[in-house]
Amino acid sequence: MAKVLMKGNEAIAEAAIQAGCHYFFGYPITPQNELPAYMAKRLPEIGGCFLQAESEIAAINMVYGASGAGARVMTSSSSPGISLKMEGISYIAGSELPCLIVNIVRGGPGLGGIQPAQSDYFQATKGGGHGDYRMVVLAPSTIQEAVDLVMDGFDIADKYRNPVMLLADGILGQMMEPVEFKKREAIDLAEKTWATTGHKGDRPRNIINSLFINAKELEDHVNKIYRKYEQIEKSQVRVETYNCEGADLIIAAYGSTARIAKSAIEMADKAGIRVGLIRPITLWPFPRDSFKKWAERDHVKSFLTVEMSKGQMVEDVSLSIEGKKPNYFFGRTGGVVPTPEEILGEIKKVMGGTRG
Amino acid sequence: MQEERLLVFTGHFGSGKTELAINYALRSLKQYKKVILVDLDIVNPFFRTGELKEELEGAGLKVLMPNFAASSVDVPSLPANMYSAFIDKSAKVIFDLGGDGDGARALGVFNQYFKSEAYRMFYVVNTKRPLTSRPDQIIAMKESIEQTSRLRVTDIINNTNLSYETRACDIMEGQAIVEQVSRQTALPIAYISGEKSLLEELPEDIGVDLLPISLYIKPPWRQAKNK
Repeated sequence: MAKVLMKGNEAIAEAAIQAGCHYFFGYPITPQNELPAYMAKRLPEIGGCFLQAESEIAAINMVYGASGAGARVMTSSSSPGISLKMEGISYIAGSELPCLIVNIVRGGPGLGGIQPAQSDYFQATKGGGHGDYRMVVLAPSTIQEAVDLVMDGFDIADKYRNPVMLLADGILGQMMEPVEFKKREAIDLAEKTWATTGHKGDRPRNIINSLFINAKELEDHVNKIYRKYEQIEKSQVRVETYNCEGADLIIAAYGSTARIAKSAIEMADKAGIRVGLIRPITLWPFPRDSFKKWAERDHVKSFLTVEMSKGQMVEDVSLSIEGKKPNYFFGRTGGVVPTPEEILGEIKKVMGGTRG
Repeated sequence: MQEERLLVFTGHFGSGKTELAINYALRSLKQYKKVILVDLDIVNPFFRTGELKEELEGAGLKVLMPNFAASSVDVPSLPANMYSAFIDKSAKVIFDLGGDGDGARALGVFNQYFKSEAYRMFYVVNTKRPLTSRPDQIIAMKESIEQTSRLRVTDIINNTNLSYETRACDIMEGQAIVEQVSRQTALPIAYISGEKSLLEELPEDIGVDLLPISLYIKPPWRQAKNK
């Protein structure tokens, strides 16, 4: 298919439709509104269902219901709206249901602002909702990658019967880029024999449930889903490394920030400073091995984590490099976007030993 | 013949009308002493004229924008000083109207002024946008904008582009589609717009005025490279 020019929010919606998602439940919030607006236009044309729920809480529970009935389904929101969905997400994980949740992140806490941010990293990767559960978190840095990850995300969700989140800052939701929707080979996914589609007297009743009153039964259930998480950690890690060979300093950044960091890296190159980039594409499972490997290299003297937050992923980077090298942090928050010049300034400070 | 004092740039969101409005306004400074650029976009939260206010006013434009723009509050309201665009008849005024029919609603409140003064309304088309890739879609979008803005499109601009991946053949492909729209609606194609180097590649006998533009709104990682 030929390339078209799309806004990130629209492209994510179209990618979901092309991945076979015909059901969308959501509630409006800036800066992701083009996504439900696109779904509202397109889904009725293909016999799907777009429904603007009365709240985010209602929307996520509609996702729970549709997924329980075996449908490919998604919802989208932005930070404060995602907080409201957290109870539902925990129920979906507890009930082992697949779905895609899109968070086009804006500044927080509270109502915060409408400008782009990455301050929902903890919420996305460390729980957010209650209980022992994990969610696969995919972090695109271009609109093309967002499209590809949406399609993969539905497959990952189905394969492991677990919610998947696409986490993108507001820049990616709002900016426009050329994008191509590639025809994909259908992957072999197990039939959803667990779905509540009506047993018609031919099979035992299917029940979607996250309630286990007996402590031992709940422990067994949690251990069972954690065995899936081990599989995910082994097989689903995605990461991009750039310019790391021979680098004195490695930047850790994801999403739009990684693109700004690349501009800073090019500027550093011209100033004779060799800087690399490790860009996690899956924020959970986190690419620990990649960070550890580069931390063990002699030429790498230090790490600099750059985020549009007060420092959240920086903790996972530190855990991964196990104290082998210092890990500095630079961030802007509240919707302020760091500039390539600012990042270059931090690179020079770290390299010159003036960062404490 | 003198061009109308009031110019409106409208189109589907992502058609490039904001870039065109900025470029046209800056170009108008050569002919007119006072040029007002009115950002009436109530649809897009980021990547808007308001973010460039300082730079554009430095270049000699007067920029008027909704109260919420660049304030991080997403409740659009139009400030009273926007009326100055209609009252001060010495100024050339260029309106950047928000995307689609929804965005065009912002112009409705000024309807009485447009009824009493001639205007020119450019409908900016990018056929690489999936919802305006066919003549029927382009015409439907135009009608929806006309309905909510209560104004009539007077001209079409072919601004077909794939951002930084645009080739001259994309512009020509768009031109063929826009020509069909022009025939069906009897609206003239005022310009083909695009980056200067691309427009130079177009055939000389294309028969439409060219409007070369520079890009002002860029993502943060592209801003440094051009400094």
